[in-house]
Amino acid sequence: MTPGSLLARWTATRLPTHPLAWWIWALGLAAAASRTTNPLLLLLIVAAAAFVVVARRPLTTWARGFRAYLIFGLIVVAVRTVFHILLGGGYGETVLVWLPEIALPEWTAGIRIGGAVTAEGLASAVYDGLRLATLLVCVGAAVTLADPRRLLKSLPGALYEAGLVVIVAVSMAPALIESAVRVRRARRLRGTHARGFRAFRSIAMPVLDQALGRAVALAAAMDARGYGRIGSLTAGARRISAALLLAGLLGLCLAGYGLLDAATPGAVAVPALAVGVVASVVGLVIGSRRMVRSRYRPDRFDLRSALVAACGVAIAALFLLTEISGPSVSYPSTFPLVWPQLALLPLLGIVMAALPGVVSTPVESPPGEAYLAQALSTQGRPESIDSTQGRPESVGSGTVNSGWVRRR
Amino acid sequence: MISLENVSVRYSGARSDALTDVNLVLPPGEFCLVVGPTGSGKTTLLGAATGHIPHFTGGLLRGRVLVGGRDTRTNPPRELADVVGTVGQRPMDGFVTDSVEDELAFVMESLALEPAVMRRRVEETLDLLGLADVRRKSLSELSSGQQQRVAIGAAMTAHPQVLVLDEPTSALDPGAAEDVLAALHRLVHDLGVTVLLSEHRLERVVQYADSVLSLASPGQPVRYGSPSDVLAQSLVAPPVVALAKLAGWSPVPVSVRDARRLAPALLDRLAAAEPAVRESPKASRPDGDDVLRARGVWQRYRNGPAVLRGVDLDVGPGEVLAIMGRNGAGKSTLLSALQGGLKPERGTVVLHGTPVHTVSAPARRRLVSLVPQEPGDLLYLDTVHAECTQADTESGADAGATLALLGRLVPGIPIDTDPRDLSEGERLGLVLAIQLAGGPRVVLLDEPTRGLDYAAKHRLGEILRDLARAGTAVALSSHDVEFIAETADRVALISDGEVIADGATAEVVLSSPTYAPQVAKILAPAPWLTVSEVDLALRARERQLPDEAARQPPHEVRR
Repeated sequence: MTPGSLLARWTATRLPTHPLAWWIWALGLAAAASRTTNPLLLLLIVAAAAFVVVARRPLTTWARGFRAYLIFGLIVVAVRTVFHILLGGGYGETVLVWLPEIALPEWTAGIRIGGAVTAEGLASAVYDGLRLATLLVCVGAAVTLADPRRLLKSLPGALYEAGLVVIVAVSMAPALIESAVRVRRARRLRGTHARGFRAFRSIAMPVLDQALGRAVALAAAMDARGYGRIGSLTAGARRISAALLLAGLLGLCLAGYGLLDAATPGAVAVPALAVGVVASVVGLVIGSRRMVRSRYRPDRFDLRSALVAACGVAIAALFLLTEISGPSVSYPSTFPLVWPQLALLPLLGIVMAALPGVVSTPVESPPGEAYLAQALSTQGRPESIDSTQGRPESVGSGTVNSGWVRRR
Repeated sequence: MISLENVSVRYSGARSDALTDVNLVLPPGEFCLVVGPTGSGKTTLLGAATGHIPHFTGGLLRGRVLVGGRDTRTNPPRELADVVGTVGQRPMDGFVTDSVEDELAFVMESLALEPAVMRRRVEETLDLLGLADVRRKSLSELSSGQQQRVAIGAAMTAHPQVLVLDEPTSALDPGAAEDVLAALHRLVHDLGVTVLLSEHRLERVVQYADSVLSLASPGQPVRYGSPSDVLAQSLVAPPVVALAKLAGWSPVPVSVRDARRLAPALLDRLAAAEPAVRESPKASRPDGDDVLRARGVWQRYRNGPAVLRGVDLDVGPGEVLAIMGRNGAGKSTLLSALQGGLKPERGTVVLHGTPVHTVSAPARRRLVSLVPQEPGDLLYLDTVHAECTQADTESGADAGATLALLGRLVPGIPIDTDPRDLSEGERLGLVLAIQLAGGPRVVLLDEPTRGLDYAAKHRLGEILRDLARAGTAVALSSHDVEFIAETADRVALISDGEVIADGATAEVVLSSPTYAPQVAKILAPAPWLTVSEVDLALRARERQLPDEAARQPPHEVRR
């Protein structure tokens, strides 16, 4: 493929970035953040995430929440710092201020209230808080950029039902709030002045009643529309696939924890990750065969999406390299307190992290156009269905391929 | 296409059958309308036809139900999804996804159709139901008429042979209801879909139906046949049928168009008569301070567009004011502002010289009371008796006053019933009793006729007229033109947050084909609104002209 044709393909595809790509990118950022306490690097990661979010945020209600994650991050840093000032051990020599110390009995050894506040201790508290805040912001960026509902479409078939339950639960929340507001207004129509538990009960009862009613109605509607039709897999195979899937997910969680927690030796984390990946893939493949579903306009993982995901992997890798080659950059000393340093390797990682803000598909055009382009490119070229072999006889071929007008 | 053989249904714990021994064979391509008073088992019948009963609800179903050749005994609803589509009363409750296109595709995904087929069907359905403009919108942004059409489309994309709809237009304004029914009509004509539909407001639907299935109270035989045959003897009938009985027309016409061709003879008989003019409320209203007066009321959604743009409206003692307008025109907001629960952004609502929103909630309850759109919101206790006692305390009425009022409004409710088990009409009666306990000067009702059958509506109309006679000011919002023609003295038409017409009922509804009641359409250009007006005029004429009346064929007893 010549560079010219690559460029042509590049500019031609206007597919929206795959939600999975955004999640890989964001998790890469989070993995990088967990590998350093350097406040400069952490702030740069936050800046890169914010840059991409601002540049590629979709125009939906979901996407308005990023600011909340930033504020939440600030709160985390503040809480961590305040707790350190009040309770923290005053190690270090540069005493900034003396707080009145409360004398505690002998058995509380190790806990202090008040006392000296040192620059060294303060710095280490802020670094810690900042790291946690950065992780939060990374998750926030993923949620903002990739609507969870779209992510559901990309889930493997075996996870579809569980995923749908989560999504439905999430979308129930606004309805619940609306019904609570309505009932509260109705209470005022009756002119009641109840407070405390009685008021709570008088509002909670009808709201829960309505929520239950709505849940039953939704379940009935989903049932009537074919949700949960039985596939061709036997009960035994279904149990095996469920067990595999569960084991695999557990393995993935353990491995993820190992990667994010610097204290776990790599010798444990890497095999756990490998086993987890294999088990979950096998479980998903077997489990997905059970699902008799197809996908309407699935999101496609194109070159741009791959690049976004690669950027996430790159920053994680570069930060890992930094940690190995120059620990003083990743973990700047707080005792003695030195100014944190920067190095070429992590800076390169930051650039990679910010790159999706430029290379991913822009959203300036109304989202519809991207859909249309996708639709045109899939016309007459059916995507592979999740599992064609599992389709039951009851879906007669007459129904499957007939056009709109049946009898003609 | 649908066949029911000796079907009886009894819910678990119930003492009697909800449906007894129903036999019905519905041929393919038929549009069948299910009618009957509240509690006659309409919903049960529809549920049985979709397999919803007993697979989802429990209970015991005897007999056999075949849908498209499949027995519902062995096929739960999800396995019938490709044969029968279901549409409920509240589309929002049944939506699984967030966008129009995904919602339309959901059932096809469950049926594992090829992507290319799905794509084509979604496009076809968008065109067929006129939803192409809103295809990418979020479902919550749509108007209720559009939502209901999406719900129909979401069932239609599976290409079912049968479509079952339970009161699909009950929450819609007349225009949106027309759109939905026209879409259904097209499905029946173009695709030969068999439709089974239940509806309380027959005047909206009956002209589209090929047949009518009439359910009486449980235990009574079911009648099935052509609309004119069945409705002529049914307990529930639209105004056109009632008018036909009055005029002695046979066969009974069911559509306004058929009736209009028979109308000239009746118009001749009515030639000299004039509808009894209801006292013009504007003229008779004393300009005192007991008038609830809204001036320049302006209200907007949070960060959104304005809902009310400077509304001026008065409600005086002794009148029934109906507020009409499209879904989302601002009727509910206006009622909240009139009640004072909502402080208007600009403008004032004044009663007795005081802005109502400044009055404390308990005191306001005794001044202006509002029955909200979901009357059930007001109820939270376990028994009817407890609710009534609570209402006495809240409103400072004598002990037992609310219960006595309830006895007058809806006699015969056992006082230890859970309010949730009441029928729609009974629940509305209970809420009315609670809200009227304090003897308010002004009563406001938001869409009170939703889900009520003709008998319950008639009863509600009488209650409201009685209240007005006793000097209470009544204002209600409604889409039900027939109810308004029977009940209201005055109509205010709201559009886009402004009052665009305000005048005597006849004056306003006769000027618009959307809001004109059936009788007015049939007897146009003569200004008759309701069957009872025509009835009164005919009787008066009989008294005047006994000779001529003797020559007329004797007509049936009117309703």
